[in-house]
Amino acid sequence: MQWETVIGLEIHAQLATQSKIFSGSATTFGAEPNTQASLVDLGMPGTLPVLNAEAVRMACKFGLAIDAEIAEKNVFARKNYFYPDLPKGYQTSQMDHPIVGKGHLDITLEDGTTRRIGITRAHLEEDAGKSLHEDFQGMSGIDLNRAGTPLLEIVSEPDIRSAKEAVAYVKAMHSLVRYLGICDGNMAEGSLRCDCNVSVRPKGQAEFGTRAEIKNVNSFRFIEKAINHEVQRQIELIEDGGKVVQETRLYDPNKDETRSMRSKEEANDYRYFPCPDLLPVVIEQSFLDEVRASLPELPVEKRERFEREFGLSAYDAAVLAASREMADYFEVVQQVCGDAKLSANWVMGELSSLLNREGLDIDQSPVSAAQLGSMILRIKDDTISGKIAKMVFEAMAAGEGSADQIIENKGLKQVTDTGAIEKMLDEVLAANAEQVDQYRASDEAKRGKMFGFFVGQAMKASKGKANPAQVNQLLKRKLEG
Amino acid sequence: MHQLTLAEIARALATKQFSAEELTRSLLARIAQLDPQLNSFITVTEEQAIAQAKAADARRANGERGALLGAPIGHKDLFCTQGVRTSCGSKMLDAFTSPYDATVVERLAAAGAVSLGKLNMDEFAMGSANESSHYGPVKNPWDLSRVPGGSSGGSAAAVAARLLPAATGSDTGGSIRQPAALTNLTGLKPTYGRVSRWGMIAYASSLDQGGPIARTAEDCALLLGAMAGFDPKDSTSVDQPLDDYLAALEKPLSGLRIGLPKEYFGSGLDARIAEAVMTAVEELKKLGATVKDVSLPNMQHAIPSYYVIAPAEASSNLSRFDGVRFGYRCENPVDLTDLYKRSRAEGFGDEVRRRIMVGTYALSAGYYDAYYLKAQKIRRLIKNDFVSAFEEVDVILGPTTPNLAWKLGEKNADPVSAYLEDIYTITANLAGIPGISMPAGFIDGLPVGVQLLAPYFQEARLLNVAHQYQQVTEWHKQAPSGF
Amino acid sequence: MALERSEVEKIAHLARLGLNEDDLPRTTETLNDILGLIDRMQAVDTAGIEPLAHPLETSQRLRADEVTETNHRDAYQAIAPAVEEGLYLVPRVIE
Repeated sequence: MQWETVIGLEIHAQLATQSKIFSGSATTFGAEPNTQASLVDLGMPGTLPVLNAEAVRMACKFGLAIDAEIAEKNVFARKNYFYPDLPKGYQTSQMDHPIVGKGHLDITLEDGTTRRIGITRAHLEEDAGKSLHEDFQGMSGIDLNRAGTPLLEIVSEPDIRSAKEAVAYVKAMHSLVRYLGICDGNMAEGSLRCDCNVSVRPKGQAEFGTRAEIKNVNSFRFIEKAINHEVQRQIELIEDGGKVVQETRLYDPNKDETRSMRSKEEANDYRYFPCPDLLPVVIEQSFLDEVRASLPELPVEKRERFEREFGLSAYDAAVLAASREMADYFEVVQQVCGDAKLSANWVMGELSSLLNREGLDIDQSPVSAAQLGSMILRIKDDTISGKIAKMVFEAMAAGEGSADQIIENKGLKQVTDTGAIEKMLDEVLAANAEQVDQYRASDEAKRGKMFGFFVGQAMKASKGKANPAQVNQLLKRKLEG
Repeated sequence: MHQLTLAEIARALATKQFSAEELTRSLLARIAQLDPQLNSFITVTEEQAIAQAKAADARRANGERGALLGAPIGHKDLFCTQGVRTSCGSKMLDAFTSPYDATVVERLAAAGAVSLGKLNMDEFAMGSANESSHYGPVKNPWDLSRVPGGSSGGSAAAVAARLLPAATGSDTGGSIRQPAALTNLTGLKPTYGRVSRWGMIAYASSLDQGGPIARTAEDCALLLGAMAGFDPKDSTSVDQPLDDYLAALEKPLSGLRIGLPKEYFGSGLDARIAEAVMTAVEELKKLGATVKDVSLPNMQHAIPSYYVIAPAEASSNLSRFDGVRFGYRCENPVDLTDLYKRSRAEGFGDEVRRRIMVGTYALSAGYYDAYYLKAQKIRRLIKNDFVSAFEEVDVILGPTTPNLAWKLGEKNADPVSAYLEDIYTITANLAGIPGISMPAGFIDGLPVGVQLLAPYFQEARLLNVAHQYQQVTEWHKQAPSGF
Repeated sequence: MALERSEVEKIAHLARLGLNEDDLPRTTETLNDILGLIDRMQAVDTAGIEPLAHPLETSQRLRADEVTETNHRDAYQAIAPAVEEGLYLVPRVIE
């Protein structure tokens, strides 16, 4: 039996506003419990919500970026249920009239192909608080600091067909919200949360299978593992004659398995109705035009421009455009040295390795884009070779100054003086007269290998400073005799 | 002193006939002496009242003037008052000391009004008789064996018995106007959005409005001027400038077009009340008004529509009462579900639990369209009726209630019969238009009220008509014997 | 639309209202009376009529994204039934 996987993702992005969606409380992460919970957030009797303009603006930014319809009117609805982290006994969300309608996000897979994933809708809602289950004599402790933080819930169509595609989608979404400046995308802190709806069906079948929802998977790696595990579980279950139950499951990274959530017994009847304390939100065309004008260049556009303007490969362009910070860094390097390909290589190569090693974000790079660009200029103008450049780079990372300063201080200037090189080569050949004879006596194939030996000796003798191209050229001439 | 209206008090304080402190002390003594018969107060705030009165006197000594400076009032116990119990007439909030003031409370305090305490009410504003309060029923000062109306029964009884010159109330389906009618008072429900709901504990959010209860239209105008106005903390508060309600009182009524809906005078109306209404109409005609028939064809559907919308909104609004962050918590909850179920079953009275269940049902899966949505559609029809009627007339007049004050306990066995008493008042809440009830006579010693309705934001018109009527009639001046 | 006892139990559970066995018949009866009243609505023709959620048909006002609240935890928790280390305590929540 051939099986097909069908996945839909619900992503909750915490919007990076200063204050909460319906109250003026701060949204900063990590404050002492309940110190950022106002009367409104606590659901005190008599309190009322007032909508944060920036949350609306951010949602519209997102809608425009995914090419979605943005309704003229959107309405907040109450989702009623009882839970201690939900102070009012209802969550103010959106049901029939979400702020953002149908849109799409294009994803690039590892093999370079792109797929368009449909987005059904995105709506605004308030976040709930947190329950802490450490023992308070058998009680749980509730912190409502997070209650009321604005969320944008982004619902994809069930267009995703594999765990890898799911990861690519979440990565693209992560990149987009950061590009737009609407969410910091910090999955560990819960700024970006992902629920995965997974089902399987026999290949060729039109109907969807029953789906299970894996809630709150908080890293790209876990998303892939959780989905793969769940797909396996469902296939095995069906092949054993069982039926997949529509339920909510949690992924346990320690055991690498999903398990059913005990507390969610029957399907909840949320009794949605329009919140009578809030009025319909009207979005004027002039407002949308203003938001559109304020949009930054989006990842897809940037990627395409990098390919077009700089002649970069699709892969390189995608890597560089993945984050706004990396794209901006690359562009500065390119601007300084004028060589897109070299810039790309250095940013994706040495720089990325350095950042990974030191666990730094590109914003915290010890080597600035201008510094790197200047160094590449010195490669281009033959002041240093590519190999020496690596040493220069390390020195810059260690804070030893600019490329020029380091080259000066360490005497790394490449030797390009033909006379000097010839002199050095003559000395090398003289010191290795036997190998020279052997070379001259050998055929093409053997010569290839032995040539490397002479190059190595020449590099040693010049302490790496001799211009490799010239060494190659002159050495060849001298060896040919 | 206790016979004086707010307007008269303002003049007396200004001419130093007595101080705010003297007045407050005198009323506090009167409350202590007489309220046990009525049970109109839940909390008397003696110390705070005297402190507020002293402060008002000090402000006056500093040269401040203001019609409400030193004016004694009471607040219906659903307005949050900082540092003071705010119970909503419920065991659920018996131990709830509010951490903040409602906007209405703040504004009246800023104007110098002195609050003597928190007034009894039907639990969570659900009722028309003030019999559902955790603190016991309120008695009608006109006949202690009868109800004063509800849910602002305490406010009405206290003012009618001259324990206070005026009080705040709230009106969701008639809860200011109906008790005003049953106790010979003037009570105004402003246009929806005219008075801020911040700090007014919610029953049905799209219907609730706070407003004044007093002995005269003039006093209502005084209070409304301080209570009303845009509040950025309330999304449903309307940013529209206030009228000068006092100035508007004096306008002559010549040319006023009064509409009498034919649907008002059906079989459910006590014939004697109908007669009293027509007598009032004659008085208004003498003042220059003309009368014509209008029609409100969808009026009969108002009660079912209201009894879906209000309980539905209430069922959601009252979910926050869960024993977690404030309010009543049951003893030794076994688990979370037990905490919720017992705290709420023990904290809420019968009528509140009933309405929560009706509301929950009306919103539940499969019933939303047939109940909630249907009720909202009828609501639009009712609004449309008024919009049409007001194209031909300036105000609509009719009885406030179909019957006189009934006996305590009479309707306890049959809640629905109490619901039917709301027939004249609830349409105004559904449509959001303002309404006023004013005293218009007595039948068997019991007060009868006449109601006027006006288009959106025309409170000034209502107060004007009522004031002019009160210049040529004496009903509103009568006091219950023994008080 | 008359309710069965089991439906009344379901509604009470949704609303987290404890119901005791003895009250159930009376509660069911009263609820059915109220529903009888409400069912009168079904006779009204509302074809083509838009529901009216708010009496005044205006739109939502937006507020500026500013932090205007400060920490009042002590005052707010002074009225709480059960608090420890700044957290509200409830019977253990099992996920």
